[in-house]
Amino acid sequence: MKENISIILTSKKLDLTTCNDFVQDNSCGGIALFVGTVRNHTKGKEVKRLDFSAYEPMAIKEMYKIAEQTIEKFDISKIAIHHAVGNLHIGDVPVIIAVSSAHRGAAFEACHFAIDTLKETVPIWKKEHFEDGEVWVNSHP
Amino acid sequence: MHIKTLFFGILKDITNSNSLELEIDKDNNIEQFVIVLQEKFKGFPNIDTFTVAVNEEYVEKDFVLKDNDIVAIIPPVSGG
Repeated sequence: MKENISIILTSKKLDLTTCNDFVQDNSCGGIALFVGTVRNHTKGKEVKRLDFSAYEPMAIKEMYKIAEQTIEKFDISKIAIHHAVGNLHIGDVPVIIAVSSAHRGAAFEACHFAIDTLKETVPIWKKEHFEDGEVWVNSHP
Repeated sequence: MHIKTLFFGILKDITNSNSLELEIDKDNNIEQFVIVLQEKFKGFPNIDTFTVAVNEEYVEKDFVLKDNDIVAIIPPVSGG
């Protein structure tokens, strides 16, 4: 792995400080962080928990590709993309993206690009659990 | 030729399995291979509703399979 990229897919709790510290760089004027959190409702229905599963080796490869593309596309220094799998409860953190850059504009844009691309290409799926059942999110395009 | 197929997300529920080992005719492409899966599993979805990866890389529907490839059926992803 390149020294300016950190990719983690784990069943453990994600750590914001780890991401922040990885991208911290003395040449940078700022760090942008995106923290995904499990929401307590979807389409007006109360969500109990989410279950994330992944095609793990491919998901890691795709996350790495996104990191490389983001570095190529934007003037940033370092990037961390960490994603959780397994059972997550309301308020838990399934994803963190951290980006550092000399100037804030690139960091915000890069962070936005990375999370949007992750949601399109990385083979990770979530199942929403309700009081009365469960459903695979986005399963019917 | 021998092909291993992996199922994820809703496809796991539809096929009631995580993976499947199959012997199929030589030079099948993805489109032909999906027909084999549709014949095998009741309710297997239309090819336009998922993407396919071979050996952990996304491929198009005309991609030609070779012996011992690992095919992953990837329903719409929902990470993040």
